[in-house]
Amino acid sequence: MKLDYLILALKNLKHRGIRSWLTLLGIFIGVTAVVALIGLGTGLQAAVSAQFGVSSTQALTIQAGGLNSFGPPGSGAVNKLTRDDSDAIGKLGTVEFVTPRNLETTKIEYNDIVIFGMAVSVDDDLEKEMYETMDLEAGQGTLLLNDALGRIAIGNNLADGSKNGFDKDIALGDNVLVQDKRFKVVGIIKKKGSFMMDNIVLMYQDDLDNLFDYGDEVDIIGVKVKDPDLMDRAKEEIERLLRQRRDVKEGEEDFEVSTPDALLETVNSVLGAVQAFIIIIASISILVGALGIVNTMTTSVLERRKEIGIMKAIGATNFQIFLQFFFESGLLGFVGGLVGIVLGTLISVAGIIGINSFIGSELSPTIDFILIGGALIGSFIVGAVAGIVPAMQAAKQNPVEALRG
Amino acid sequence: MKRPCKKSEKKELIRLRNVSKHYPMGDSIVKALNHVELKVFDGEFIAIMGPSGSGKSTAMNLVGSLDVPTHGTIYLDDGDIAELSESDLAQVRGKKIGFIFQSFNLINNLTVKENVMLPMMFQGTSIEERSDRAEELLKLVELHDRMDHYPGEISGGQMQRVAIARSLANDPEVILADEPTGNLDTKTGAIVMEFLQKLNKEGKTVIMVTHDPDLAKKYADVIYWLLDGELDKVTKKCGKNKFIDVTKKKKEEARNSVPSKKGAKAPASSGKAKSNGRR
Repeated sequence: MKLDYLILALKNLKHRGIRSWLTLLGIFIGVTAVVALIGLGTGLQAAVSAQFGVSSTQALTIQAGGLNSFGPPGSGAVNKLTRDDSDAIGKLGTVEFVTPRNLETTKIEYNDIVIFGMAVSVDDDLEKEMYETMDLEAGQGTLLLNDALGRIAIGNNLADGSKNGFDKDIALGDNVLVQDKRFKVVGIIKKKGSFMMDNIVLMYQDDLDNLFDYGDEVDIIGVKVKDPDLMDRAKEEIERLLRQRRDVKEGEEDFEVSTPDALLETVNSVLGAVQAFIIIIASISILVGALGIVNTMTTSVLERRKEIGIMKAIGATNFQIFLQFFFESGLLGFVGGLVGIVLGTLISVAGIIGINSFIGSELSPTIDFILIGGALIGSFIVGAVAGIVPAMQAAKQNPVEALRG
Repeated sequence: MKRPCKKSEKKELIRLRNVSKHYPMGDSIVKALNHVELKVFDGEFIAIMGPSGSGKSTAMNLVGSLDVPTHGTIYLDDGDIAELSESDLAQVRGKKIGFIFQSFNLINNLTVKENVMLPMMFQGTSIEERSDRAEELLKLVELHDRMDHYPGEISGGQMQRVAIARSLANDPEVILADEPTGNLDTKTGAIVMEFLQKLNKEGKTVIMVTHDPDLAKKYADVIYWLLDGELDKVTKKCGKNKFIDVTKKKKEEARNSVPSKKGAKAPASSGKAKSNGRR
């Protein structure tokens, strides 16, 4: 029987003017924001993590000078890490292997155009380990193997004519000048979705050393820890060892050991801030939307006084009148929520597709029916609660006065 | 004394006993209705007559139990309406009285059929039954081909016929029509009145509020004449177009009769509605 009033409310809604629908903007924007945000959440996390280069749960990176130096990571430090440091770390019980590497901003020339990019060194005999800690795979051709001097592998964006600044795709077998020296491209790295990693030039340590003369210095030491559970212990051991070797006190380290956890935390705290901001906006819009519903329902009760009077004359009880306006108000909210859900879902699907094409990931857009159901019920409740007071006003109209209009 | 017309022995449906209605207006009090006695018997066609300002709208609201009196008692089926809660009264009203208004008062957002179904919904009738009954009633007022139109799409005469169908929805004992032809031209008004007359012949009690004495005389069996909030006279039809004044008798009847049920307290102020000699 209560259903009758829902149907009646629905019929009345059909005849509502545009004014009523405009008041739903708040609910609609709020729900859109929440649904889009939650739908995008996982995708955003993946995208941002990819930017930070977080991959393996067993990889640590060590750089000198802390994170606040300019230039490629580790390269701006005064007191650089050395190959001896690397070897010493490699001997620690918790460490499976180390991959020391150098990074350099270099001049890259192709198609008679010069740009600046970043070269990363690969140690011979440590190729596999290096690729594992950096989570690199060949997209086309091969990565550098077997001490192939004079060869390079390049990042996905660097090979793409529309993104690399050379106005031309770089193909396998093409020659590229790095610091005016000719190198042959043998591999294109699979897209990582990170601006930095998708633009690197991989070359052997000896080649890079010829160009820049590092001697014993290294910019970054990649570490693979034996077990994900040992990450914290490995980090402590490495820090202790390096403090000793570099003769610095605890708390005054001029180096940094970063774990993916730390990076993920940064990512998450950034995402969390964004989410908190959006949720605040969404809550404000929903509140504004609810006030809009209160307003439009109050107006509606005044406008439809005569109708209320008629209904009372033909036998409607106060509760029946209340129910009708209550449902009408709830349905207003529900409609706002429904539109918001449709738009929010579209935004999150489009966003995931965008993220996929940007970082080359294969996230599938998820449609969360619990979320949708919750949002629908939630917006009905917001509308219904907003309608309680106006519906009570409607219910307590005196029939004689109401009939007068 | 031989009475030229038979006395009604029928069941009493509605009774106003020494009823007054006063409205506060600013500092003063408007006495819309004073010491009115009125009885409605089953099957009667009653007219409440009076010029504007005579209190006939107030009387209609009270007879229709839309309002409660300031003084006096109103019995609906022997029950004092003042003892019912607002919602119970609404339910009783919905079941026993069908309203027809001057301005039709259909709900514009609902189709003709839905309008007729509405009073049944408030009584909790199932949707199938509502639908069947509404169609049946619309057939009765010859509007079943306009069932799915909205009130805005049909003429005034048709709207009033829809209102008649709606008033019959819960099969009430009483049809209360407030100036049912007031917004209609003579011809469509006559059609509406014929429907009301037909319903009355079939056993429904009809109470019509009007300012038109010709209309009242043409259709009503008993006419209550109101003037300035007082009951001026009561006339009863006796043969074709002949009315006799029964004011005195009615008043006496009202004073003497004791309601069968509870609430039979003597009227607080004596029911001396003055009867000036306007005959």
